[in-house]
Amino acid sequence: MGNRCAVIGVGQTKYRTKRADVSLAGMVREAALAALEDAGLTFADIDSVVVGKAPDMFEGVATPELYLADALGAVGKPMMRVHTAGSVGGSTTLVGASQVQAGLHERVLVVAFEKQSESNATWALSTHSPFSASLVVGAGGYFAPYIRAYIRRSGAPANIGMMVAVKDRINALRNPYAHLKIPNIDLAMVEESMMLWDPIRYLETCPSSDGAVAMVLASERAAEAAGAATGRPPAWVHGAAMRSEPMGMSGRDSVDPRAGRDCAADVYRQAGVTEPRRQFATAEVYVPFSWYEPMWLENLGFAEKGSGWKLTEAGATAFDGDIPWNPSGGVLSSNPIGASGMIRFAEAAQQVRGQAGEHQVAAAVDGSRLALGHAYGGGSQFFAMWAVGARKP
Amino acid sequence: MTTQASSSSQAAQTSASRASASQTSDERVVHVLEFPGGYTRSTGPVIGRFLTGLRSGRLFGVRMPDGRVLVPPTEYDPQTAAALGTADEDWVEVGPAGTVTTWTWVDDPRPDHPLDRPFAWALIRPDGADTALLHAVDSGSKAAMATGMRVHPTWRAERTGAVKDIACFAPGEGPAEVPALVPAPDGEAELEPVSMVTLPHRLEYRLRGGTVWNHFIDGMAVGQIRGTRCAKCGKVFVPPRGACPGDGVPATEWVDLPDTGVLTTFAVNNVPAAGAPEVPFISGYVLLDGADIAMLALVSDVPWQEVRIGMRVRGVWVPDAERTRSVKNLKWFAPTGEPDVPFEQFEEYV
Repeated sequence: MGNRCAVIGVGQTKYRTKRADVSLAGMVREAALAALEDAGLTFADIDSVVVGKAPDMFEGVATPELYLADALGAVGKPMMRVHTAGSVGGSTTLVGASQVQAGLHERVLVVAFEKQSESNATWALSTHSPFSASLVVGAGGYFAPYIRAYIRRSGAPANIGMMVAVKDRINALRNPYAHLKIPNIDLAMVEESMMLWDPIRYLETCPSSDGAVAMVLASERAAEAAGAATGRPPAWVHGAAMRSEPMGMSGRDSVDPRAGRDCAADVYRQAGVTEPRRQFATAEVYVPFSWYEPMWLENLGFAEKGSGWKLTEAGATAFDGDIPWNPSGGVLSSNPIGASGMIRFAEAAQQVRGQAGEHQVAAAVDGSRLALGHAYGGGSQFFAMWAVGARKP
Repeated sequence: MTTQASSSSQAAQTSASRASASQTSDERVVHVLEFPGGYTRSTGPVIGRFLTGLRSGRLFGVRMPDGRVLVPPTEYDPQTAAALGTADEDWVEVGPAGTVTTWTWVDDPRPDHPLDRPFAWALIRPDGADTALLHAVDSGSKAAMATGMRVHPTWRAERTGAVKDIACFAPGEGPAEVPALVPAPDGEAELEPVSMVTLPHRLEYRLRGGTVWNHFIDGMAVGQIRGTRCAKCGKVFVPPRGACPGDGVPATEWVDLPDTGVLTTFAVNNVPAAGAPEVPFISGYVLLDGADIAMLALVSDVPWQEVRIGMRVRGVWVPDAERTRSVKNLKWFAPTGEPDVPFEQFEEYV
């Protein structure tokens, strides 16, 4: 895995429907400055900048990294953009981490963002390919058939998706950065919301958000120095991996993708995880549609195949359960698409740093258990994950 | 029926000419990407202030910590990343006349160019600025252009807070007269500062489908669905793939497939979108008999409440006379009425 790497600073904007008060650059910078402040650093301390966002059709800005160099203090430094659709926030983090793990840099700033209000994500995701007809509308139109297949395969009761939708929105009430705040949410409200892409209801989908997230990743030496200076402990990377697979491959399991299983297995091997449900204190997992919680519970090995929904049903993934998933409220509560993956990674880091505030999971802090950050993108084709902990690996 | 790749391009031409004498397999498809209404841009305070200045017929720059003046302004110091323009005294009115620092000549203006006659694109450094902005110079002739020449802006009356509020620059010192704003601001109400602009984008591509896709479309033109088979794993792909996504080897064998199959899974779509069918519509995956991958398709001729995973379906085609060289010849799939197929029999294709 190379040299040790740790998170020493995390910064987030508050996620909103529309940030009309700032430019794209101003929004990205807000997150970057917050991460630097958390790390007790300035732009001058940063060796390299890695940025990520979702496809260019979202804001219509080609090569945004060129435009953002000034705002991110990248002039005279290496700067690059990572692009893996919805998982990009995760893979951007891991590209930055690899620069530290390889011994190239002491401190790397990673930033991910989306300003969805500048266009319309459903439109941007529904631009049909040149030679075919438009048969899918939005991400929900793409994922709904796979959710239906999961329900058929697992025999899960119909209310599991609604339970996740309620749980994550209740978690969001404890997160000052979360976009959706629905204090009176309950199963009835979710059930009564419009069926958009049967079996996906309106309240079982993620919102469209403007926002950015940034992290400062550091070498062992730089992490120890920052921790001593700020009094805020680093989150150490115990395992990190990415995997991808083709969308249209015969025999590909789109409900339980092999790339996701392989990616998790790689991370767990590096981190010494053999029982994820016991060894992780919490997980921040990319769940843009509520049914993806039970699906990923199985794909990531927290439950046997076909039984992920039983953990959700039993309350195991709730904030007070034995393995809280998405204590921040998750993608279901905040979704600046390009940033959503990095927010998962950052929230996992905040949990083991003891910096998660009101949505802090107590068991994450003492160092005996790890936290998982997860992102996926494309047609469940790209996966990026990391395991972080309070103790050095 | 199968055909080896060596003869497939010939077969493609044959079936294309059968479909329509005026169309060839090399036909290019126009593909347009355009967000309706255009992308918006929230400007932020710095760019917004510059654009607000343009609307009032004035050019403003922002002073960097080292004293130099940037025009157009940037939000952050390109050298130190410090925020710029946060204090009123950091703002400097420049020009309006300036000096051409370099230029290029446009003999044949395009429809979206600022002038409909030959002109120069020039970098122009307004007096009092340390950087140059890009704009058009209406010099009349290439011979009249020179690096170091003096120019001044020609302001439009219809100013909205955009760089096009300057129609172009013209040779000489001016005067650069600023016509009264049209339409006139409403009474004594102050105009709001510019904070948002709309930028229409249109990307128009002319694309070739390639050999494999053309042969598939030529089949669709005569009501025949064609797939390719991987020589290594033996899997049949439809729509056809030029190479097997699993093995990475060319998929060289053509396979004619029936238009019957099983619906492996589906969504009932209630979200309307331009270009998509009227809601509610059902999009689903159909595993054609003899294929090894399910194909995305519409399902119709059945109430949406009655659509089931495992339902046997058959393709519904447009009448022969209405066929074009398009996937749209296959309108949708409809139930055959045969018994459902057990999920376990096709689960691996979901």
